[in-house]
Amino acid sequence: MVTDAQAEQLVRENIGWMLRLAERLLRDPELAKDATQEAFINAFVGLDTFEGRSSLKTWLHRITINASLGKLRQLKRLSEQSIDEYLPEFDLSDCRLELPWTHLASTQEIMESESLRARVNVGIDALPDSYRIVLQLRDIEGYDTREVAELLDISEANVKVRLHRARSALKKLLEPILRGEINS
Amino acid sequence: MRNVRKMGLRRRLKRFMMNRMHNMITCRELEDFIQRYLAGELADKQRSKFEWHLRLCRECREYLAAYKRTQEITGALLAPATSPVPDNVPEDLVKAVLEARKH
Repeated sequence: MVTDAQAEQLVRENIGWMLRLAERLLRDPELAKDATQEAFINAFVGLDTFEGRSSLKTWLHRITINASLGKLRQLKRLSEQSIDEYLPEFDLSDCRLELPWTHLASTQEIMESESLRARVNVGIDALPDSYRIVLQLRDIEGYDTREVAELLDISEANVKVRLHRARSALKKLLEPILRGEINS
Repeated sequence: MRNVRKMGLRRRLKRFMMNRMHNMITCRELEDFIQRYLAGELADKQRSKFEWHLRLCRECREYLAAYKRTQEITGALLAPATSPVPDNVPEDLVKAVLEARKH
């Protein structure tokens, strides 16, 4: 049984990074607070049975992700939506239709400009959650395809398809920035 | 005008090669292989077909460069390191969590 003092210590030591994780996943500060609170409640319930097969931080990481995904499910934001308009186009001979690139902005160029970073964030927010979340879990939070499939309760093949579509769609959404048409 | 004609010729040539050359995959087929290529999961034969297509196809080459750059930028922007954990814990949330635990 966890004492009040132990509970408070657990919360104080972990609430900062758990809130940041929920904010990255939900991209909504208020919703992230709700998810973090729910994650702690779930952690307290499961703490007595926590067997230490993973580190406490890894365990809390997964609980926070599950609580955040739960929020998205409640809001029905995880159902698959169409992003066909952002996907690559081909002609009748299956040749890619891609305008010539005379400029491709460097990562450094974009990261150094606050306004360009803000515009990239707008592009990321334009992705439907069902795609953005796969990209986030797989590319940023470091989960492998099998783990993402488990967390989202979809097949591994579906994770791969969504990940590729998310990356392709984001490339399209960020094109004006990447082509240097929008400057800092 | 000259550029447009040049571009038309190049596209026709590429289309001709895709139809006639045994080892040439189409741009649409290449699209299906991108993830496995970037993850280093393609078998040698598939990888050489992929890279042969890239050598001949400006559109796919530039598309792939922009696709990879997008990945780099997303990684840099969303990485946990860019949202550092604050020194001060959010007291209102700590209180709310500890209060909720009692119920």
